[in-house]
Amino acid sequence: MKTDQLIDMLSTNVEPVKSGQVWKPLVWALAIGGAASFCVMLATVGLRTDAAGGIHVGFLTLKLLFMLSVIGTGTALLMKLIRPGHEAQKLFRFLFLPFLVAGFVGVVTLALQPSSTWDRMILGTEWVTCLFCIPLFAIVPFALLIWALRKGAPTNLERTGAIAGLVAGALGATAYAFHCSDDSLAFVAIWYGAMVVLCAWIGARLGPRLLRW
Amino acid sequence: MDVRSTEPELRALMIAGLNGDASAHKALLETLSSQLRAYFKAQLGRFSRGPVEAEDLVQEALIAIHTRRHTYDPSQLFTPWVYGIARYKFVDYLRRTKASINDLPIENAEEVTAQDDRTHVESSLDLEKLMAGLSPKVRQAIQCVKLDGLSVSEAAARCGMSESNVKVSVHRGLKALALQITKERADHED
Repeated sequence: MKTDQLIDMLSTNVEPVKSGQVWKPLVWALAIGGAASFCVMLATVGLRTDAAGGIHVGFLTLKLLFMLSVIGTGTALLMKLIRPGHEAQKLFRFLFLPFLVAGFVGVVTLALQPSSTWDRMILGTEWVTCLFCIPLFAIVPFALLIWALRKGAPTNLERTGAIAGLVAGALGATAYAFHCSDDSLAFVAIWYGAMVVLCAWIGARLGPRLLRW
Repeated sequence: MDVRSTEPELRALMIAGLNGDASAHKALLETLSSQLRAYFKAQLGRFSRGPVEAEDLVQEALIAIHTRRHTYDPSQLFTPWVYGIARYKFVDYLRRTKASINDLPIENAEEVTAQDDRTHVESSLDLEKLMAGLSPKVRQAIQCVKLDGLSVSEAAARCGMSESNVKVSVHRGLKALALQITKERADHED
């Protein structure tokens, strides 16, 4: 085929392009993915049963704050990565901030307590549940995010996959926070942080295969 | 060639094309095709590959530019967007052909906008063969609207489809063609 022939074909009857085709699917993926994670949480482990308000609500807020800041930065990055010509290096650095803050706060709370309580603070009562639930809850949001990203044109597939995994992991962790009865910041920093990073790693591995166009 | 002199023109053409101006879109693709050809030839030269491969890549990039044009943000510069697509398609090509990208230097955006006017080379793509892989309805819509140049309403009348149906079919068809091209290349080169 001659290139001129192709150009003729592509430029015959050009339809106007509607705006919002890039960010709308992403927003839908986040909304539906978040709701789906929450439903999976309700259907499997269920809401926290010992919640008695006060201090528990405070810890839930902190967990949500940690995860929502990851989701916020990650989504802003995806909005850039989905368009060719954006590397978004600056924003990328902000991604580490929530993890550093959580890690720092976790270490401080450990330092303030006698070392005999560290086991309980780090392992909590349900670290194994946390380990399984966050990646499990992240599956639906991840699939939806990949679907949305495929509608765009990401050029750095590994990084885009990683951020999609990260955001999906954070959505999973957000849902898990409504079940989690471990009120320790060290627990949140370690297990939430590690599971979200694991999801990002899996996303980076899958990105080049799933996002190719 | 000076990038700054082409950026405003290309961007204006792109934005007009996004608003449905077919002649602006055509002018854009024509200008880009010679720039892309020069870019891919320069890149391929390092791997001693010929003009047919370059033409394949030019066409693949043009299809990508067309089918992914909704990802261009009109408030941003146009050249980095095109360059992002061209580079992506080239890296993808290297991956498919398993050539080493270790010695692929980071190029300047200027290289994308270099000129090359030789257009007589044909790519290895066979349009008829590609079209045969589409579903009958989609093929018919592409034939009417994209090859015979009928308007959407004329095509709708000829094919016995609704107008929105024709539009959707054309849109899907182009995406399917792009997908098929990538697939065929992969099979061909593996």
